[in-house]
Amino acid sequence: MSVRHAVLALLSEGPKYGLRLRHEFEERTGEVWPINVGQIYTTLQRLERDGMVESGLEDDGPQKTYRLTAEGAAELNRWLHTPPDLGSPPRDELVIKVLVAMHVPGVDIGEVIQTHRRRVVELMQEWTRVKRDASEDDISLVLVVDAELFRLDSVVRWLDAADSRLRRVTSPPTPRTNPAPAKRKAAAL
Amino acid sequence: MSALELIGVTKVYGRGAGEVQALREVTLAVEPGELVAVMGPSGSGKSTLLTIAGTLESASSGDVLIGGMPVSKLSRNQQAAMRRRAIGYVFQDFNLLAGLTAAENVALPLELDGVSTRTARKAALEVLDRLSLSARAEHFPDDLSGGERQRVAIARAVVGERRLLLADEPSGALDSVNGEAVMRLVRSTCQGGVAGVVVTHDAQLASWADRVVFLRDGRMVDQTAPPAGPESLLQADAAR
Repeated sequence: MSVRHAVLALLSEGPKYGLRLRHEFEERTGEVWPINVGQIYTTLQRLERDGMVESGLEDDGPQKTYRLTAEGAAELNRWLHTPPDLGSPPRDELVIKVLVAMHVPGVDIGEVIQTHRRRVVELMQEWTRVKRDASEDDISLVLVVDAELFRLDSVVRWLDAADSRLRRVTSPPTPRTNPAPAKRKAAAL
Repeated sequence: MSALELIGVTKVYGRGAGEVQALREVTLAVEPGELVAVMGPSGSGKSTLLTIAGTLESASSGDVLIGGMPVSKLSRNQQAAMRRRAIGYVFQDFNLLAGLTAAENVALPLELDGVSTRTARKAALEVLDRLSLSARAEHFPDDLSGGERQRVAIARAVVGERRLLLADEPSGALDSVNGEAVMRLVRSTCQGGVAGVVVTHDAQLASWADRVVFLRDGRMVDQTAPPAGPESLLQADAAR
């Protein structure tokens, strides 16, 4: 999650001060990603240094307010239209565990897969409860929860596919359709 | 008392070399108000479990109790009466009768059970209203959307005094948002005191259940732990 671009997006609605940015950031992301005010101010300082926002004092108070510059607006627009990096596969801990488990003597790979499947489904149940209790108009929260559910769902599907493939590989071949190499050789002689 | 209890249920199809053990020693209790999802790959015995729980098939060995009553002690007629009165089914392909309106489809199980047409219709309209389908009551299935058809199928499954709701891939080919609406309905039905069993290979649907049990080669191999509460989830996330 890019705090930098989220701040630019919030400022595109008009000038705001730091505490308000923090409040709106949490509200718009369904309060799933908490952020501390220090992170907001550090981000604002960097954005100001880069010429994307400018600050000034409001007439009616001591709060420093920030506004978007033309350069900041251009950067926001560029970011919104740039696809995220989905090209390089992440180093997935679960995939590595299953790959390793295949070669560890005495480990039941089906049991390893089921342990992870159960844990992921339990997490999905927890997220679904969050969605169930969310009010219908809290669309930000529902969208964030949906994203998490789809991500976890893909993990379960990968585990199901891995389970099915491994069972196919490890199940004994039927002699008539798939003779062992030695037998095939004997038959050819 | 559990609404549904399977004790050491085994189901064998065929004999000799062609013998297939669809279920092996499955023990499962579902309480009134509880929604249980059964997950497993194709051929794991999910659908067999559902047909045995619904008395559509009998177990080769083991006991099935519905509302504390052992199914094996009931005559065929008594079993049929129990299916009509106490058990509601939702199928993957909805199974609505094309020649009947939505209201007539929903009233049908009550009428088959000897309830007067008028009383059955009243009950059907009430359920349709609860599922926000009043405006579609006089439409035929072909005039309804996929999501509406499935809601009518659920209405038919819960009309009257059903104690057990059994659903086989109840979201069928619906998209994820409509599938979710179906699960919300199933859940709210269970919260009214009905015990629910949903068979699915879809983890997103299963995650609406209070408990998820996993079948593998006809055996119940695992189940999810009771809920820890959403607070723990958000805190764990914040600490990341």
